[in-house]
Amino acid sequence: MNIVVLVKQVPDSGADRSLRADDNTVDRGSTDNVINEMDEYAIEEALKVKESVGGEVTVLTMGPDRASESIRKALSMGPDKAVHVMDDALHGSCAVATSKVLAAALGQLGADLIICGAESTDGRVQVIPHMIAERLGVAALTGARKLTVDGSTLTVERQTEEGYEVVTASTPAMVSVWDTINEPRYPSFKGIMAAKKKPVQTLSLADLGIAAAEVGFDGATSTVLEHAKRPLRSAGVKVTDEDDGGVKLVEFLASEKFV
Amino acid sequence: MSEIFVVVDATGEFGVKKVTLEMLTLARQLGTPAAVVLGGPGAADALSPKLGEYGAAKVYAAEGEEIDGYLVAPKATVLADLVKRVRPGAVLLASSQEGKEIAARLAVKLHNGILTDATDLAADGTATQAVFAGSTIVKSKVTRGLPLVTVRPNSLSPTPAPASPEVEQLTVTVSDTDKLARVVQRVAEQKSSRPELTEASVVVSGGRGVGNADNFKLVEELADLLGGAVGASRAAVDSGFYPHQFQVGQTGKTVSPQLYIALGISGAIQHRAGMQTSKTIVAVNKDAEAPIFELADFGVVGDLFKIVPQAVEEIRKRT
Ligand SMILES: Cc1cc2nc3c(=O)[nH]c(=O)nc-3n(C[C@H](O)[C@H](O)[C@H](O)COP(=O)(O)OP(=O)(O)OC[C@H]3O[C@@H](n4cnc5c(N)ncnc54)[C@H](O)[C@@H]3O)c2cc1C
Ligand SMILES: Nc1ncnc2c1ncn2[C@@H]1O[C@H](COP(=O)(O)O)[C@@H](O)[C@H]1O
Repeated sequence: MNIVVLVKQVPDSGADRSLRADDNTVDRGSTDNVINEMDEYAIEEALKVKESVGGEVTVLTMGPDRASESIRKALSMGPDKAVHVMDDALHGSCAVATSKVLAAALGQLGADLIICGAESTDGRVQVIPHMIAERLGVAALTGARKLTVDGSTLTVERQTEEGYEVVTASTPAMVSVWDTINEPRYPSFKGIMAAKKKPVQTLSLADLGIAAAEVGFDGATSTVLEHAKRPLRSAGVKVTDEDDGGVKLVEFLASEKFV
Repeated sequence: MSEIFVVVDATGEFGVKKVTLEMLTLARQLGTPAAVVLGGPGAADALSPKLGEYGAAKVYAAEGEEIDGYLVAPKATVLADLVKRVRPGAVLLASSQEGKEIAARLAVKLHNGILTDATDLAADGTATQAVFAGSTIVKSKVTRGLPLVTVRPNSLSPTPAPASPEVEQLTVTVSDTDKLARVVQRVAEQKSSRPELTEASVVVSGGRGVGNADNFKLVEELADLLGGAVGASRAAVDSGFYPHQFQVGQTGKTVSPQLYIALGISGAIQHRAGMQTSKTIVAVNKDAEAPIFELADFGVVGDLFKIVPQAVEEIRKRT
């Protein structure tokens, strides 16, 4: 099975993140950048599918030059090769344009199964999987906590507010995964060494037949007008329990009319 | 005044969700609210009275197995056709997984911009969003097409404004491509009487400090006394104390209640991501240096196993 896993590089969510003052895009320069956490689960799931039905796993990333660090990291977990879509004109792209670029690359790769994270930690928009599926005309089984592959039939279990659903589709299809689906493996030393030699193909917009005006700031379908740090919450009252902590807590709740 | 579409978020069990009423309230400031029901047979009849109570001047309904038996693709197709025909002033959806997914497909079909997780939308189409774990406030705008915005639950208080909506049944014509992801089974897990986590005005969450699954009864007891929902930190979920769907934080739910009580939670940045826009925050933690105290309006340093039972008893005394 030809499996493509989508991997995005994002600023570390454990660090202080911000938008750039000059062009309102995500500041990727002043923090550590890491693989979007949910995408590590996507990589693991792709490797598991390959281990059970055979095939090849390709990592696909759209991002700037420095995203290549994350691509190597992803490859060290076990995928066979990677495709890096990189073009200066992509800076400032909205989700609609991003999905267009990724869909074009996926079209060239001819994937049977596309696996991605359910959402990214920088944008947290949860829209890319369905946007890509819409463009490619393939099924989207999103938010999987379990995936079963039986020939060309995919079955996914997904959490809902009332319980869970079982959904099925045939390949080619897109599956997005939550962090409940598996436990991502750590790259082994051998994996890290092997990753250095794995092929990484770089594609430009021209390679994908997309005009620069369709992406980046020129092609953006939405714009950030302004942004500001939310004023930090100031700590309020802190009391130490002297056998009256519960009562004090309730007194506070009462003063705020919660009880 | 142009129509403002509010795509209805409802559940079989609870009917119209609060976020829908919030969206109708918001829509009234922007134009004439028109609710769009995309659901199983009979959904519009069941939901219309409530939608009317909050100002829906009209209800568009697309119902049936063709809509309900698949993941969001058919819903997006019906909605796109309706948008092309009626040309509303804006389309609002809930910032839930399904709301975002419908919006995502709509954006591609109409080549239209999309803004997610908005907490407000001004008449000129400017949306307010909280990003990066709520640490940054952004104002943004769709620059291509109409304002297509998903609204975060608990962003405003819903107010009634009675109207008697006329229901227009839509003809559902979806393609085979829309029917690729088929729902073969829906399993309802046992449901408590507690409010839904993202909609609750009070959330009581437990962390690793709660110690085990059984002790979560204490968290539930306090939540029930306050009419609240129960949440959990990731450490509590990973340790098997409480199910994953109740996880609050970056990889869980984002909540924004009037009152958030954190019990035995340290307050890691990824946990804060899901709760720091709560109106009032209360924390109980035995470590005086726990970062959760940096954002708590009221903190008690001490053992939750002493403090919570005492608080429960005190609330019972008062009510
Ligand atoms: C990419 C990523 C995503 C993440 N997403 C999330 C997320 O969505 N949600 C989330 O919550 N976390 C998330 N985390 C994990 C997060 O970093 C923390 O590890 C987690 O929130 C810690 O949970 P905790 O506060 O319950 O546990 P701990 O940090 O272990 O804290 C337990 C606290 O309980 C206190 N305590 C212990 N016993 C008692 C007692 N008897 N009485 C009172 N207090 C007591 C201790 O003093 C301590 O402060 C994520 C991490 C990463 C890397
Ligand atoms: N630039 C990108 N390159 C590769 N994959 C991406 C990119 N943006 C988003 N994705 C994938 O889409 C998923 C959902 O992202 P989002 O819709 O942005 O929350 C992520 O977890 C990634 O797997």
